[in-house]
Order: sequence, then structure tokens, then C-alpha cells
Amino acid sequence: MDTPLLDPLRPHIARVRSTRREAPDVWTLELDADQAPPCGFAPGQFNMLTAFGVGEVPISFSGDPAEPGRVRHTVRAVGAVSSALTRLDCGAVLGVRGPFGTGWPLPEAVGRDVVLIAGGLGIAPLRPALYQLLAERARYGRLSLLYGTRGPRDILFRRELEAWRARADLTVEVTVDHATHPWHGHVGVVTTLIERARLDSDRTLALVCGPEVMMRFAAEALGAAGLAAEAIFLSLERNMHCGLGTCGHCQLGGLLVCRDGPVVRYDRVRDALRIREL
Amino acid sequence: MEQLEQIIAAHPLFAGLRPEYARLIGGCAHNVRFEPGQLLLRHGASADEFYLLRHGTVALVLTAAGRGALTVQTLGPGELLGVSWLVAPYRWMYDAQALETVGAIAIDAACLRAKSAADHDLGFELAQRFMGVLVRRLHAARLQLLDVYGTHR
Ligand SMILES: Cc1cc2nc3c(=O)[nH]c(=O)nc-3n(C[C@H](O)[C@H](O)[C@H](O)COP(=O)(O)OP(=O)(O)OC[C@H]3O[C@@H](n4cnc5c(N)ncnc54)[C@H](O)[C@@H]3O)c2cc1C
Repeated sequence: MDTPLLDPLRPHIARVRSTRREAPDVWTLELDADQAPPCGFAPGQFNMLTAFGVGEVPISFSGDPAEPGRVRHTVRAVGAVSSALTRLDCGAVLGVRGPFGTGWPLPEAVGRDVVLIAGGLGIAPLRPALYQLLAERARYGRLSLLYGTRGPRDILFRRELEAWRARADLTVEVTVDHATHPWHGHVGVVTTLIERARLDSDRTLALVCGPEVMMRFAAEALGAAGLAAEAIFLSLERNMHCGLGTCGHCQLGGLLVCRDGPVVRYDRVRDALRIREL
Repeated sequence: MEQLEQIIAAHPLFAGLRPEYARLIGGCAHNVRFEPGQLLLRHGASADEFYLLRHGTVALVLTAAGRGALTVQTLGPGELLGVSWLVAPYRWMYDAQALETVGAIAIDAACLRAKSAADHDLGFELAQRFMGVLVRRLHAARLQLLDVYGTHR
């Protein structure tokens, strides 16, 4: 958020430079950076993207923060707006506001082990953090990515996962909830990878992103592995409108997720996440 | 035998176990090795031995008509393979197939059940440990059932 926003409610017009299908209902859009807002962003932050005539939704950055000229967002078609975004072709225009929200606490991770725990599409907001961790690899201890998703065909960023898996300085484990042959990887929920990871609980910082239920189970499993709640960070999702902490749509207990999140420390939201009405 | 006891005591399932219990369990145990593709457990067969996995990965597989072989879970080093030996009628509910070369400690189920019946302190100690595994697997199975990565429209 270094760049002052002149009118933070008014979207910039950006053009789609390229699209890439990651899974049956998931696309990555690369935006023309000349026309997108001049954004350096912190891993974990998001933009509000407008499909004109349909609506506006929060979507996390999924690209490399060291390449501000390549703004990338990975979108899953779940409803009207997200589906319209995934249908945009090269050259199509969309609205962009941002960047908004808090990022992953990478400065706090210096000198420590870091485990990234992604569920489903949650790997998209974690990818910029991994790019940065790998770019500054010597500053961190053990680095692991534990990724769980629905089935083999839902695995995102396959080619990169293969490249990451080949690295000696990064542990990558992928599991799927459901599989038929010929999948030869892990089958079981992502928490089973946490139990197997043998984390050094005093040294490890955990960054968790995925559906809320998955994050709650992951946080419990991390706690059982000895991690303090202060060493666990989640990226929350709530229905958002303004992105600026003024409209109140994304309130969760005492937090406004668009401003105080999406990345929050677990001990700050643990109780609120247990309350059904919130 | 002594080496088996040490391996058993070092397995996460038995971490912190009293040495005399490790010795008792060791008396029911032997080393095994399976090649990729080999079956460790066969659906419907009598649950005579269970395994403390040391190396390699094993898939629990269920064959469903029209859907082929479905892997419901994979297990790896440090984990327990086989729980149906704990309760009657002591029959495996899945096939378990080695995905890689697997090294494990096999434990004779009837032998351990008999020792637990004769020494309830051992039985209680074991029950607590196996219960921990079962509860974690129940939670995991429920999370798997929730299909949290779906769209739920
Ligand atoms: C901070 C933040 C970052 C986000 N980052 C991303 C991202 O990088 N990529 C991305 O694709 N999405 C991301 N989302 C979620 C995205 O904003 C929603 O999917 C979108 O708002 C849905 O709007 P819609 O009009 O398409 O669907 P709606 O009409 O609002 O919803 C259609 C149906 O889909 C369901 N639904 C809505 N959201 C989700 C969801 N997230 N998962 C599963 N089902 C859902 C609803 O329950 C409803 O039944 C993020 C959300 C937040 C708050």
C-alpha cells in the first residue's frame, strides 16, 4: 500500500494480457500492468476485481511480488462475478482496485522454519509468499509446502509444483481427498501431512490458506504438533464490498477482514471462528 | 529381539512406552518387507497381523463396481497400518497395497490380544494409544466427507 489511492473506490481499467487454465474451473489472468494500478504488493494482499456489468469481488494476488510488471490473479468460477472473470479473453477489460489488506508475516519468518499449508484454491494466495521465501532462501530455515486438494485433476500450478519438488531446499507434499487409480500420491486430508511433517514446534511459523473449515482443522493439527497459536497465520474470507474498512460487510467479531486481514494471527480469531453466527 | 524392541519403542505410536511393554510387544513382532504392488492386507481376509510402517507408502484401496480401485487413504513411515484386528470379527475391510518398497514391523494380533487380556495395564496402555490413532482418523475421515473444496451451490 505504498502508493496513495486517489479515489480508492474507483477502479482502474486494466486489460487481460493472457489467460491460463489451471484446472477445470480455475483460471489465472495476467493483467496488462501498464493499465493496472502501479502496484507493488505484499504476498497475501488482494485486489477488488470488477467484471463490468456483473459485479466486483476480492481476489488475491497469485503472482511474483518481485515482478510488479506481471500482475496475476487466479480465479475459481463459483458464482456470477467469478465466472464472468474466468470467461474474460485476452484483450478484455476489467476493473481493478487495490492492493488491499494485510500480507503474510514474512519479516517475522526470518531465521525460522516456515510451513505453508494450502487447501484447494488457497495455494493461490500463498504462491507469492513462496516466491519471496525462495528468492530470499538463505534467510529462512526449513521450508515446506503442504498442499491438499479435492482430486488429482484439481491440482493447481502443476508445472511449478514439479519444479519446487525437485529442489533440495524445499519440501513439497501434495495430498488429495479423493482419488482413483492411477494417482500414486498421498490420499487423505491435508492435516495428515501436518502430522507427518515432524515440525520443529519452537522454530516454525505456519501460513495457512484454504476453506475456513480446513484452516480450523489445520490450526488444531498444528497446535497438536506443538505450535503456539501466535505462530499460526490464517487468510480469512468474508463477503467484502468497499475493501477499505468502512462499509462493515466483512466484519468478524472485532475485525474488519478487508482492513485488519485477510491475513491474521490465529489467536486473534480463534474464538470468533468458533461462533456459528459470525 | 533386542533390536526389534528398540525399533518398536522408537515408533511414534509407542513413543515413551515402558521398556517392559516394548519387550512384551517385541515378543509378538517380526520384520517384514514388501515390494511395490504387493498386498499387505486383503479385503475380507482374517486380520492376523498389523504393521508399524518404517519405510515406504501404502495405499488403502477399496474396489467399487463401475468405479475401479478407489484409494481411500495412504499411510507412510511412522504410521500404523491395520486396525480391524482390534475388534471382532477381525477381518480387513480394505486392500492395502505397497506403492513403494515397504519396510515394517509386523505384529501378531492374536499374540498381542492375548498379552493384553493377561495384563490389563498393558491392555489399557495399548488401548489409549490405538484410540488416539482412531480418533484422529475419524476426524480426518469426517473432514474428507465434508468435501470442503467443493462449491456447495
Ligand atoms: C480476501 C479474499 C481473497 C480472495 N481471493 C480469491 C482468489 O484469489 N481467487 C478466487 O477465486 N477467489 C478468491 N476469493 C473468493 C472470491 O472473492 C469469491 O469466490 C467471490 O466473491 C464469489 O463471488 P461470485 O459473485 O462469483 O459468487 P457468489 O454469487 O457470491 O456466490 C455463488 C456461490 O458460490 C459460493 N461461494 C462464494 N464464495 C466461495 C468460495 N470462496 N469458495 C467456495 N464457494 C464460494 C457461495 O456460497 C454461493 O453459493 C477471495 C475472497 C476474499 C475475501
